[in-house]
Amino acid sequence: MIVMANNKISALIVDDDSIIRKIHKTMLERLFNIEAETVKDGKEAVELCRSGANFDIIFMDREMPIMDGAEATKQLRAMGVKSTIVGITTRAGGEDREEFLAAGSNHCFEKPLDRAKVEVVLREHKKFTI
Amino acid sequence: MLGFGADLLWADMNRLLAFLFHQGVLDEQFLQLQQLQDEASPNFVSEVLNIYFHESEKLLTNLRGLLMERDYKKMGVHLNQFMGSSSSIGAKRVTNVCVAFRAATLQTNRAGCLRALEMLEHEYCYLKNKLHQLFQIEQQRALVAGVRYPVQNQNQ
Repeated sequence: MIVMANNKISALIVDDDSIIRKIHKTMLERLFNIEAETVKDGKEAVELCRSGANFDIIFMDREMPIMDGAEATKQLRAMGVKSTIVGITTRAGGEDREEFLAAGSNHCFEKPLDRAKVEVVLREHKKFTI
Repeated sequence: MLGFGADLLWADMNRLLAFLFHQGVLDEQFLQLQQLQDEASPNFVSEVLNIYFHESEKLLTNLRGLLMERDYKKMGVHLNQFMGSSSSIGAKRVTNVCVAFRAATLQTNRAGCLRALEMLEHEYCYLKNKLHQLFQIEQQRALVAGVRYPVQNQNQ
């Protein structure tokens, strides 16, 4: 059972695929009661955070046009963004994971993002207890 | 009689789903997708799948064009997208073919890419046909269930 310790968790989903944005947003909202916004590439994510938006968790796709997930993560950390950043990639090998973690992400998972992976992230978050 | 029909259709649906799981066409991610459907969004699964079909067909057309041009890098980009969306809806066999296809693009193996593309087109068509079958059974079941209730009320 998932219990919110404080107020609602906010999330940003960064993915160029509209299907994935729809599925992830619905999953977070329905299964975890997490408010989720979506953007379609790393540049939009950086600009959104630069404009003052704050998110508890950012789910960041790796492969995106304009600005990929690793670069966006680097820029967000350079800006001082403290959100939990979860890298998501289609590549099972270690290279993407290393790149994401080196850029400053907290986790890196292989697609698809599912309930179990979200729970791993939430267990570490002070706003949630499971 | 109509209730019996709805039950038979329910059994047909479950049998088809079990078959698709057993064959490795779908995996548990599809079940997670179904769990996101509720009374507030009763058509969530079909909405997602219709977007998936539309996008996938564009990707397949683009992949064929890129293969003719031998643009392996762009093919890799398209395959990443196809893999991501396919794995997110639980399309296991399509995802696996994408993995093999991507490996062939990394090796710039044209013959391997051509074989993989043909297999991908085949697996995608098979998946689409089976999911349409599933939708049809669901729609029939909803129709039958909808007709049943007024009949029950008249009998009370």
